[in-house]
Parts: sequence; C-alpha cells; structure tokens
Amino acid sequence: MALSTQSAPGARAEEHAGTDALSADNLSVFYGDKEAVKKVSLRFAKGSVNALIGPSGCGKSTFLRSLNRMNDTIPDARMTGSIWFDGADINAPGTDVVSLRQRIGMVWQKPNPFYKSIYENIAFGPRYHGVKKKRELDEIVESCLRRTALWEETKDRLHQSALSLSGGQQQRLCIARTLSVEPEVLLMDEPASALDPVSTSKIEELISELKQEYCIVIVTHNMAQAARVSDKTAFFYMGNLIEHNDTNIIFTNPENKQTDDYISGRFG
Amino acid sequence: MRMSNKTADRIATAVFYFFAFLIIAVLASLIGFILYRGLGQISWHFLTSPPETFKTGGGIGPQLFNSLFLLVLTMIITVPLGIGAGIYMAEYSRPGRFTDFIRLVVEVLSSFPSIVVGLFGLLVFVQYFDLKFSLLAGALALTVFNLPLMVRITEQGIRGVPREQKEAGLALGLTRWHTITKVLLPVSLPTILTGTILAAGRVFGEAAALLFTAGMSSPRLDFTDWNPLSPVSPLNPLRPAETLAVHIWKINSEGVAPDAAQIAAGASAVLILTVLLFNLGSRWLGRFLYRKLTASR
Amino acid sequence: MNAMRQPSPGGPGDAKPAAAPAQGKPDSAGAKKGGPSAGNPARPKRSRRSRTASEWQGKAYTLICVAILIVTIFSMVFFVASKGLATFFTNGVSVSEFLTGIKWSPDGEPPSFGALPFITGSFATSILAACIAAPLSFCAAVFMTELMPKFGKRFMQPVIELLAGIPSVVYGFVGLSVVVPFLRSIFPGQGLGIAAGAIVLSIMILPTITSIATDSLSNLPRGLKEGSYALGATRWQTISRSILPAVLPSMLTGVVLGIARAFGEALAVQMVIGNSPHIPRSLFESASTLTSVITLSMGNTVKDTVQNNVLWSLALVLLVMTFVFVGIVRLLERRARR
Repeated sequence: MALSTQSAPGARAEEHAGTDALSADNLSVFYGDKEAVKKVSLRFAKGSVNALIGPSGCGKSTFLRSLNRMNDTIPDARMTGSIWFDGADINAPGTDVVSLRQRIGMVWQKPNPFYKSIYENIAFGPRYHGVKKKRELDEIVESCLRRTALWEETKDRLHQSALSLSGGQQQRLCIARTLSVEPEVLLMDEPASALDPVSTSKIEELISELKQEYCIVIVTHNMAQAARVSDKTAFFYMGNLIEHNDTNIIFTNPENKQTDDYISGRFG
Repeated sequence: MRMSNKTADRIATAVFYFFAFLIIAVLASLIGFILYRGLGQISWHFLTSPPETFKTGGGIGPQLFNSLFLLVLTMIITVPLGIGAGIYMAEYSRPGRFTDFIRLVVEVLSSFPSIVVGLFGLLVFVQYFDLKFSLLAGALALTVFNLPLMVRITEQGIRGVPREQKEAGLALGLTRWHTITKVLLPVSLPTILTGTILAAGRVFGEAAALLFTAGMSSPRLDFTDWNPLSPVSPLNPLRPAETLAVHIWKINSEGVAPDAAQIAAGASAVLILTVLLFNLGSRWLGRFLYRKLTASR
Repeated sequence: MNAMRQPSPGGPGDAKPAAAPAQGKPDSAGAKKGGPSAGNPARPKRSRRSRTASEWQGKAYTLICVAILIVTIFSMVFFVASKGLATFFTNGVSVSEFLTGIKWSPDGEPPSFGALPFITGSFATSILAACIAAPLSFCAAVFMTELMPKFGKRFMQPVIELLAGIPSVVYGFVGLSVVVPFLRSIFPGQGLGIAAGAIVLSIMILPTITSIATDSLSNLPRGLKEGSYALGATRWQTISRSILPAVLPSMLTGVVLGIARAFGEALAVQMVIGNSPHIPRSLFESASTLTSVITLSMGNTVKDTVQNNVLWSLALVLLVMTFVFVGIVRLLERRARR
C-alpha cells in the first residue's frame, strides 16, 4: 500500500495539503500477524479538536500512536498506507522521524513527567533543540506553564521534583512540556482518564483553549468528554473506522447502527 | 490418622524453624567469630604500617591501599564498558539470534571460575601485553570478572524505567541516544548505583583472579611520592600490588611471622567490615537517591 | 472540513509558526502567553546531520562495548585452549593418561600427569557441598516465603545476601581456624580434606540456591497452595506434596548453579583441603582439587614447559565444565518453563 502512493508523491501531497494538518490514507497497523488498525483513512483539519472513540482494543490508541511513528518503538509493529503531514508521507522511508515527533506532540493516559524538576521538565526539550540562554529558557518555562494554567501554582517551587505535583498538575505539566518544543499537532491518549473530575475539567478547558493554535487528536473512552471538547468524532470498532463526522451529528444522528448502539449503550 | 498428620506437621514446622535459625546462627557466629578475633587487632598502626615478614607487629597499610586503588582502577574501566553494553542489551538489541548469543556470552563470562580469569590475565595482560605483575593487569583481570555483572545491572536498571519515560523523550523530538542518556539513565541511576556498589564489594574481596595478575608482593611504597610514574609511588599503575584479600590468603598458607594468625584475623575483620559497609552503603544510597528522584518522603 | 483557524482571543502572540511569525511584535502579554520564541523561526534547531551523527556515535559506542565482551570470551577460550592442548599436542602427554591417570608427579622421572585425583576432588567437594546446602536452602526458602514472610523479608533475606558478599578468603580463613580443628577433634586425621572443603563450600553456595528457591516459591500460583489447604491438608502436607514438586525444577537449577560455583572456587577450598595429590581414602584425608593445584603450582613452574602447560590443561577442564554447567542450567530452565 505504502509503495503505490510513492509513484506520484507530488500529486498526492497537493491533494492532502490545504486545510488538513494531518491525514491518514489507507493506514493499517500490524502487531505481528494481528491487524490492529485496518485501512483507515482520516483527515484532521488545522485548528480543530478530533475525538477518536470506541471500545477498548478497537485500535484507536494504536492509530493515534502511528501518527507520530511512536509505534516504531514496539519491536514487531508494522505499518502500511500513508500519513500525510506538511506535504510529505511520514511513513515513507527516509523520513526524519526525530524532527517529526517534535512537530507532532504527544500526551499519555498516565501523566509521565520526567524524574526531574518542574523547570527542567519544560526546559529539557528546548535546551536540546538549541536554546542555550538561561533567560530564554526561563521565558519558555513561564509561558508554557502559563498556557497550561500551572504558573501560579508552581512558580515558587519550580526547582522541586515534578513528581511532587498532584496527578492533574502532572498531566498539565506534561502538556506544557509538549508545548515547549512548539509542535503543530497534539496527540492525546485518554489524557484525563486517570484524573479526578476537577482535574479533568481543567484539562478539557485547556484543550478548548489550545485548539486555537493546534490541531488536536484525542483518544477518549468518555463519551461526554468527546461531545464536550471535540469538533469532529471518529468511531472505531475492531480496527475499522466505522464512522467519522461532525461531533454533534455523531452524537445526535449517527448514520451507522454500530455507532448508535455504542453511543446509546453508554448513555443508557 | 488425623493425629499423626498433625504430629508430622508439627515436627516438620519445627524442622523448618530449626534450619532457618541454624543458618542465621551460622552467619552470626561467622561474623561474630571474625570480629571477635579480629577487632582487637585493628588499630591505627595496624591499618597504616607495612607488614613484617619475620617479626611481630606488622600491619596491612599497603595492602589496604592497594585494594582500594585497584577497586578504583577496575571501576574506571568496568563502569563505562558495562553501562555501554547494558544499554545495548536494554535498548538496541532486537530479539533474535545475536541477542541470544550475547546473553549466552554474558552468562558464561559470569560463570567462569575466577582462577581461570586470573590465568587468562596472566597470559594476556601480564605476559602478552607485557604489563608484568601490576595493578593495571589486576584491574583488567577484575574487569573480565566484573563486566558481565555490570552489564546485567545496567540492563535491568534501564528495563525497569517505565516505558512512558522513553516515549516522552522521543515525543519531544529527542534522539534515541539523548533519550537514553538524559532521561532513562538518570531514572535508573539508583538501581545501577546500588548494583555497582555491591559489585564493588565483590571486587574488593576477590583474590584468586589477582594472584597471578596483580601479584603477591608489594614494593616499598613512599606515601609522599604521588608522581604516578615513579616506581615507589603508590599511584603507579604498573607496579605489583598485593591486595588485602591476597594478603590474607598468603599469610594463611605461607606466613612465617609469629603473629600470622592474628594478622589474618585482623585483616579478615577489616575485609568483612568493608564489605558490610559496601552492603549497607548501597542500600542506603539507593533508597536516598530513589527518594530524591521521586520526591517522595 | 472547514474548521479554519479562528482568530485567537489572547493576542497576536498566540499565532502559530505556520502563520505570521511573532517577530517584533511589541506586546508583553503576547510574549508571556505565546512565548518569546513561539513562531520565531530564528530559534536554532539541531541539524538532522548532527542528530544522526550523535545517534550513530551512541550506537557505535554500545556496540563496541558488546564487541569487547565477545572478544574477551573468544580470546579466553582460545588462549586457555591453545595452552591447555599444547600438553597433548606439543608435549605428547596422552589424553587418556591425563584424564584417568591417578599418579601426579610432574617432576618425577619419568614425570606422570594423572589428573584424576583433582577431577575427583573437585567433583566430590562440590557435589557434597550441594548435598549439604540444598536441603538447608529449601528450608530457608520455605521459611522465608511460607512460615514467616515478614521476618524473612526484613531480616533473613539481607542476612543471606550478606553471606553471598563475604570474600572467599575469609571463608577459607574461618574454615581453617574453626572447621578444620573441629573435624580434627572428632574424626581421625588432620581435619583437612574433602569434608572440610565441602562444609566451607556449602556455606558459600547457600545464598545462590536459597535465592533461586525463594524466587520460585514466591512465584508459585496462589491457587496451588490454597487448593491444597482447602482440601484440609496440613502445612507439611501442602509443602511436601504440592509445593516441593512444583519448585523442584528450579531448585535443581539452583543446585547446578551452586555446584558450578563450588567447582570453580579456588582459595577457600585450597586453604582447607590439604593439597596432597592423591585420591583420598576418606573424607577426612588430605586431597586436592583442580583449582587448588593450579593455585599452588602455577607460580612454581616455568612458562612453556610441560609442567606449566599441564596446569593450563587443568584450567581447560575447568573451562569446559563451565560450559557444561551453563548448558545444564539452560536445559533445566527450558524444561521448567514448559
């Protein structure tokens, strides 16, 4: 699949440019012999929040992880099909995966701050990417913490360990850390599922604010959350993309029976 | 029937208790014996003065220094190599024949008898590389002996880091190498350090691998001469060096000084105390670092 | 698909890199919110080349370390084998005389190189040591996991780890000053011999077997024990009929590892075994092992003489036995996994 798209990369690239930040084309992901994601095509517009929903094991997380080639770290994972980002297929051989991951940030289900200070968690990435001056780093740290509404809570303890923060704070710190290297797309894998309701609503607020600047793709098992934060929703089942549409249509008037069952089953 | 079952159970339980406490008693009396016999010998004079061949009143100063210096030299060589190979095993190796082969190599290397390692050192380092009986030859032999352990410690340490840490590093656009050295290694540091100190204790007490590499004699050392190139300098890595463990072996088998038994007891006590120190130190340091790293109290 | 970017409410600094760069915008709020370098294309980026180079260097470094491991083991086998085989190929000693001869007099006229006494001595001490240590280790492991887990974990485990850390010369010293006089006072002879060696070795390998037995005991499925207790079995019945058979394969692995360690131990044994080159008639008579004769004779022979080469042949036997032990352990592990 991947090879066939290579024949006319220019034409495909143009077709996929425009308002799309990221789009998957016929993407399949295999773990060994198991096809976890089956020929999924999806487009994510710039400045939008896209929710991926579906029962556990439906391939939504796997799909998300393939968008920044994070599946490369799993030894027997394999991908076919293409993912278009900034006019190029990131699945193509020779892709600069490292810089790609900097441009497509990621947030995980469990907060995973580095075992470093709060300051260092955010300064770490920019410093690696070449920001050496202390003053500039200070500014990046402050702005990232401000954008995730953490600054007031942490400004007096920047040099304490990030693990001393609460779970919700840690997750916001992880988002701030992702912002520090200026990504264009944010991938979030159930970012609020391990958090309490108050922290969850803070994260949701944050997502709504961040979508002004970023294309956000969020995996969630929480229907209400998908309905609250997203513009578009895609329903996955058994590795297949069943339905993809505007969120209000998916939740009020889905075309597909399976989608309807899943959503109404959840809401009772 | 029922009664006899219960009786059997009671007897068996008693036997288990007996043997468990027997083991503890053996260890306690072992350490107690050494300390009882040895502690009385330990004095500042004993720890700092050179040994006597025919008279009483000899010390273990040079031997103690040699053991510590050799340990430092060995660690300087082993740690970078062991961490490198451990990183390979934890992060770069892919399941397959080659990885299985390296695992086998590590396993075999760590099961070689230390006397064979010593002989190998004699042949290759002492004779072939012409290092003579020297600290450097000893350190290289101990490296062979210690390296597989370091590889395992590092691999386990790095594998123990949650995989989300690695993914977080990669997702920031860091290279794999930068993620390994700046994210994974610091997190696994407590584990690696604890293991390393325990390994150091093993190196400190090793004798068989050193008999024919670092040698069984120590030249007169001038502890005011710190030029590493001078033959009487304690820091010269090319001089022969009898370590504390080798010294204990030597005076037990061929010591002629009248107080050989007391010297051996004193030296054994010093050795045991040092190993104990390493043991407790590694526990304490590991816990301390872990706490510091995770900010838990 | 028409979700175009909306103008951001926070100020011009919020614009993202793809849009207008925030350069030269004279607002402080924007600088705070969007970050001074957000959208600033001047921020230095590491070139792909420098990143690839560092990636490559890191990988090369770890590979070199692995290569050193491999080179070490091959050169070790090569050097010991070439020296050890020289006895047979250069000096013309027959292999069968070496392996089965019982007379060892390298300096005799004519010299004879029968290594059987040492081979017997090594096997006798290490197997006897395992026979003493294995039941003790099993008891200790059961005690730590079944009878008093808390005490076991907090007190006994560290004690046994400590036992593993004590240097072998110290064991030899204690053996010489406690075990040997004790045996001398009870049994005929000097007290030096295979029995003394085996006792010292058994304490040395106790931690090896115990830790493996403890691991396998604590990894047993919970249902195994509970099922047995539920049937009304006593603790002893549970241990002897359910637990022991279940942990036997891994116990065996531990025992082989223990024997391997005892087989290769040099100084502690050499100090208490007496070092006479004969097959002893009793356990309390002076004997020798492969390691002890190497330890004692290596310094007194001249390089490249038959007397020296034959010691390398003994070392080669130790080396080969190491491979045999590793092979057995792997076999047992594979069987235990099934």
